[in-house]
Amino acid sequence: MALLFEQLLNGLQFGAMLFMLASGLTLIFGIMGVINLTHGSFYMVGAYCGAFALAHTNSFAAGAVAGLAGAALYGLLVEFTVIRRLYKRDHLYQVLATFGLILFTNEAVSMIFGRQPPMVEIPAFLAGTVPLAPGFQYPLMRLAFIVVGALVALGLWFLINRTRVGMLVRAGADDREMVDALGIDIQKLYSVVFGLGALLCGLAGVMAAPLLAVEIGMGERVLITTFVVIVIGGVGSVRGAMAGALLVGMVDSLGRAYFPQLLGAMLSPEVADMLAAGLVSASVYVLMALVLIFRPKGLLG
Amino acid sequence: MVRNMIRGGLCALLFAGAGAAQAQAPVKIGFITTLSTPAGYIGEDERDGFSLAIKQGGGKLGGVPVELVVEDDALKPANAKQAVDRMLQSGIKLYTGVNFSNVLAAVAPSVLRDGAYYVSLNAGPSTFAGEKCDKNYFVASFQNDAYHSAGGEAANELGYKRVVLLAPNYQAGRDALAGFKRTYKGEVLAEIYTKLDQSDFSVEMARVRSLAPDAIYQFHPGGAGINFAKQYANAGLTKTIPMLMPSFSMDGRMLAASGASAEGLYTVGMWTTEMDNPQSRAFVKAFTEAYGRTPTDYGMQAYDTALLIASALKAVNGDLSKGDAFRAALAKADFQTLRGKFRFDTNRHPVQDYYLMRVERSGNGFAPKIVRKVVSDGRDAYVGQCKG
Repeated sequence: MALLFEQLLNGLQFGAMLFMLASGLTLIFGIMGVINLTHGSFYMVGAYCGAFALAHTNSFAAGAVAGLAGAALYGLLVEFTVIRRLYKRDHLYQVLATFGLILFTNEAVSMIFGRQPPMVEIPAFLAGTVPLAPGFQYPLMRLAFIVVGALVALGLWFLINRTRVGMLVRAGADDREMVDALGIDIQKLYSVVFGLGALLCGLAGVMAAPLLAVEIGMGERVLITTFVVIVIGGVGSVRGAMAGALLVGMVDSLGRAYFPQLLGAMLSPEVADMLAAGLVSASVYVLMALVLIFRPKGLLG
Repeated sequence: MVRNMIRGGLCALLFAGAGAAQAQAPVKIGFITTLSTPAGYIGEDERDGFSLAIKQGGGKLGGVPVELVVEDDALKPANAKQAVDRMLQSGIKLYTGVNFSNVLAAVAPSVLRDGAYYVSLNAGPSTFAGEKCDKNYFVASFQNDAYHSAGGEAANELGYKRVVLLAPNYQAGRDALAGFKRTYKGEVLAEIYTKLDQSDFSVEMARVRSLAPDAIYQFHPGGAGINFAKQYANAGLTKTIPMLMPSFSMDGRMLAASGASAEGLYTVGMWTTEMDNPQSRAFVKAFTEAYGRTPTDYGMQAYDTALLIASALKAVNGDLSKGDAFRAALAKADFQTLRGKFRFDTNRHPVQDYYLMRVERSGNGFAPKIVRKVVSDGRDAYVGQCKG
């Protein structure tokens, strides 16, 4: 029972991380109509900037600020220099340009920070485990991750439903031309959305840095899963991204936890191991296929 | 007619050039390795380790001038195949450098079909150790399975009765677990295959905790290994369930990135920066001075490979056309290895010692220190299948 509960928490934590990445991506795609493959690179830039500041100041707060600022600034720079020229172009141009930016960012980061993955210790106030039930400990850092994810969700809900910027974002997601026609500076709105998306990536990067290796190419690993999340949730919908992130997080974690045992109980060990390994790798995509069969526009699209 | 004349003239020129060059021209060594991608730091250490030996010889290996031709394979077998075909066309006869077994599978056949030589400085896949062994193919590092078989022996020695094994779901991962099981005498509670691109292992660790084994053995090289060690420590498992792994699941760079969370981990390997012999100490010092970082096992293997090649080049005075003499000189392995002891088996793979090591504080960082030797003169399981 404790094991199931722990695996659920693991799923929740993975979901929280995916949500931070997917919420920005879905807004950029939904509102600006831009397929942004560089999104994973913002996450990497955030992690590297955070690690760099942490190594030089020994303060996690400074690292967090540097990570957020670094990712957001880089996002704005990318928007200003490259993305801005591609709004009216076909998706293929955007894919090409942002894919090129992935390569560029990877090389730039390895030139600036070196190939050696920097070390990020878990800050003292988040180190160790906390007892959640008798005989059941859970790492504090992962709990913090879940809490931050929940705060981001609350903050985005407030921003989108209760503020003027949020109103424009909603309007932009529904009908871009109409917002433009009503005299709103859509260009400014785009920059804000893009910067916000990059900022959330930076947050995910800073939070992930103590748990994961900060290395070149770390962004591409989560990028595909993030796209799966927004497709499942419905492009352009933050609530959809939330639902998709939780669903993908749970399916991935519980699949890894229980597929091998389930199959092992039914089949011979060799067959079960091979099949389970394959099934675990594919579980998220199977989920996406199932969702798309019944809801071609995603859960909340 | 005219074209034929031009062709003939060109040929004559080429021959003349080759004849004149033979006396002086350096021996070219094709060095295909992984310099980009997250694994790029591995190829970097291999290139630098090899270059260090050349630099120390004043641009020569064994008194013979050499030129290193380096190409990046970006961890893609197809890239490596193209690179090696280009190099073969340009007449390079001696190759090394490839880090990954799947890349080597694309490079080695081309090299050997052409009658050129390959000396491996890292990958030692089972494919070329047994039936498909070749008289021109030498492995100066280790045979893949043998490394993990040493891991199994170490687990026996440490008295682990029940273990859980973890490895990524691809060929080298499956080979690793097979190698471990070949020598391990206790009970394997579970074999957990992770995804190749996985970076979070919380789910697997929860399962390990619920299985409560005496220890785990895990094979996750590169970034995944850093993630694994960090998260293992963070989950509070390091204290309750010891972790044993091959040393490339925790190489020097990974140690630096893992910090204190790596302390107390057990590794199995054939060398460490703490190795107590004069040539190894001198190598660590020279490498650190030249490149500003401590060498990994990969750097050591590359340096050893360069010394091995140097010994053979010396024997034939740089003339690679003396095939039998060159092969015999390589097989003799007449060089001062940093590992302390090295000789070739009949399948031209190493016979060497493996050690159990424990990660401890060393200076202002961490390094594996030798606990004891677990395998003496270890051979691989494929020797018998290699005929000739």
